Amino acid sequence: MNTFKKYLGIVWIILAMAISYYFIGIFGSKLTSGKQDDLVFGIIIFFILLPLIVTGLAIFGWYALTDEYED
Amino acid sequence: MNSKSTKGIWKVITASSLGTMIEWYDFYIFGSLAVVLSTKFFPTDNPTAAFLSTLATFAAGFVVRPFGALFFGRLGDLIGRKYTFMVTLLIMGGATFLIGCIPSYQTIGYLAPLLVLILRLLQGLALGGEYGGAATYVAEHAPNNQKGYWTSWIQITATAGLFLSLLVILLTKGILSKEAFEEWGWRAPFWVSIFLVIISYIIRKNMDESPVFAKAKLEGKTSLNPLKESFNNRFNLKFILLALFGATMGQGVVWYTGQFYAMSFMKTVQNIDSSQVDTLLVFALLMGTPFFVLFGWLSDKIGRKSIMMTGLFLAIFLYRPIYREMYKLTDTKAMKGSGNNLVMESCKVTETPVASILTEPDKADPTLKNSRVFIVTKTDSLFSSGAVFHYTKTDTLFLAQPLAFDAKKNALNEVWLNYDTNNSSGAIVHHSVKLKNSIQQGGTPARLDTIQTGLLKQFPDAMTIHKSHEHGISAKGNISVSKNITSTVKFYLIFLVFIQVLFATMVYGPIAAFLVEMFPVKIRYTSMSLPYHVGNGIFGGLLPAISTYFVITAKNIGNPEFYLEGLWYPIGIAAVCFVIGMIYIDRKINTLHDK
Repeated sequence: MNTFKKYLGIVWIILAMAISYYFIGIFGSKLTSGKQDDLVFGIIIFFILLPLIVTGLAIFGWYALTDEYED
Repeated sequence: MNSKSTKGIWKVITASSLGTMIEWYDFYIFGSLAVVLSTKFFPTDNPTAAFLSTLATFAAGFVVRPFGALFFGRLGDLIGRKYTFMVTLLIMGGATFLIGCIPSYQTIGYLAPLLVLILRLLQGLALGGEYGGAATYVAEHAPNNQKGYWTSWIQITATAGLFLSLLVILLTKGILSKEAFEEWGWRAPFWVSIFLVIISYIIRKNMDESPVFAKAKLEGKTSLNPLKESFNNRFNLKFILLALFGATMGQGVVWYTGQFYAMSFMKTVQNIDSSQVDTLLVFALLMGTPFFVLFGWLSDKIGRKSIMMTGLFLAIFLYRPIYREMYKLTDTKAMKGSGNNLVMESCKVTETPVASILTEPDKADPTLKNSRVFIVTKTDSLFSSGAVFHYTKTDTLFLAQPLAFDAKKNALNEVWLNYDTNNSSGAIVHHSVKLKNSIQQGGTPARLDTIQTGLLKQFPDAMTIHKSHEHGISAKGNISVSKNITSTVKFYLIFLVFIQVLFATMVYGPIAAFLVEMFPVKIRYTSMSLPYHVGNGIFGGLLPAISTYFVITAKNIGNPEFYLEGLWYPIGIAAVCFVIGMIYIDRKINTLHDK
């Protein structure tokens, strides 16, 4: 189980990067569309959720990879 | 536990829970009144944008909660739990009362939403400090093997606060006329807060400090720098991240889907009458609330992890079927083909249509003028089951020429407008409307004297629009619907919302004890507050705004299952949380700091 937890850390780091790529690629245009509802949504995604998920998940993955969550 | 100590802890629970419930009440009254607030504090020319702005302001309060957790958590670990959460109580009460005093957008313009935002941020900061303090305070009074049970009473407060907010709104609506509520009555629930806060402050003032914290302080074992010890310590930080990604993140989205998104969905996607939604939500919450205590108690027996993960698992797999079922209950299109009883019997215009005219300089060329005519038609559709759907349809006609009544040129002082629209099935409907200036020369509004349209067999779903006419007219339809549902539908909806509340009780009931046990006394307030408020406040609190946006976007591009699109956000977050929680949360974690 410890080995599984450790190597799953790579998945979390990749997931963080994938989310980052997806958010920027798919939702990037929302900030510049000129519509108020798009702007509100874009701000929520880019300035709140994206940094939180990407940074947090990457650190979590790194900790898993370095055996911090070993039993 | 003897009867004396049981009595003591009930006193602690009462004082803590009452204050926390009032803070949740203050916090949620804003969300419960989101629809009416959007018309008071934001420009009303784009109702969708106004509603999303209101949800965003509502969400801003959630976003600052982690900062409140850090600021007040630090204070709580330095000077004590009791004094800190008394300060948060006063800040929350003051901010809520003042929101009820802000003049509307019509009176002070953009200062109104700005002031609302500032006070909303204060509310968020206060709540960020409150919850961790109350949960820690209760947990530190409770025996080690009963922390789940006793802290579950604190967990009830969030739902109880929402319940109280709905109840106060319903009472206010019941006492006042609809017009009075729209005019000023919506402010009353905000004003009520100040009385509740004063009562709670007096009760809390007489409480003692947490015995565990008092002992640590006496022995000089409190932290000198809780923030540094919490976040600069790798051992502690890994638990903060695990608490967030393996528990609170999923808990946040499940809690907010089951209560707030369900409410928002019924009001804005299903278009059910607002008071009916509030009423059925009150019943669902009332039925679900005891389960917080049940699952808190059960978590002392079988462990926190298994209960929380079961709640997440059920939510992930059952949200879509539940919301599909909810939507079908009020979807006339789906119902017609399935031979059930939601079949329209009649459809009629209930009030004489009213028109108002707005003439202003052209945006592209200010030297020219053009007019917009707003025609409001109210219609009722009656169904064989007894359900009544009220439609308010606002047709906006864009005129290339300024529309003016000129008594000299037109003896009847009237104008005929002719235009065509095509409805969602593609059929072209010809409209012939006579506007008569019966009020004042050259002024507005005009009385809509005659309206002739195609035969009204059923209410058009949407005027997808519009065909330019020979008079330079184009048209845009905007329909608002309010559905009065039958008792059968209401009971079924109560059941479907109750199921969602049940998921929320599974993930939320044990979580205070789970978090408290994860961190040591000296940095507990700070460390447990942060993952809770990031998970619950940010991931959960942003849910209504994000999910509503997904629904609206999917609807605009014609996705037939647009109403389910908002669920991808909670399902995705809960799924990641479930996997992390199942793999990384170890039962042993919760015995690390159980003193």
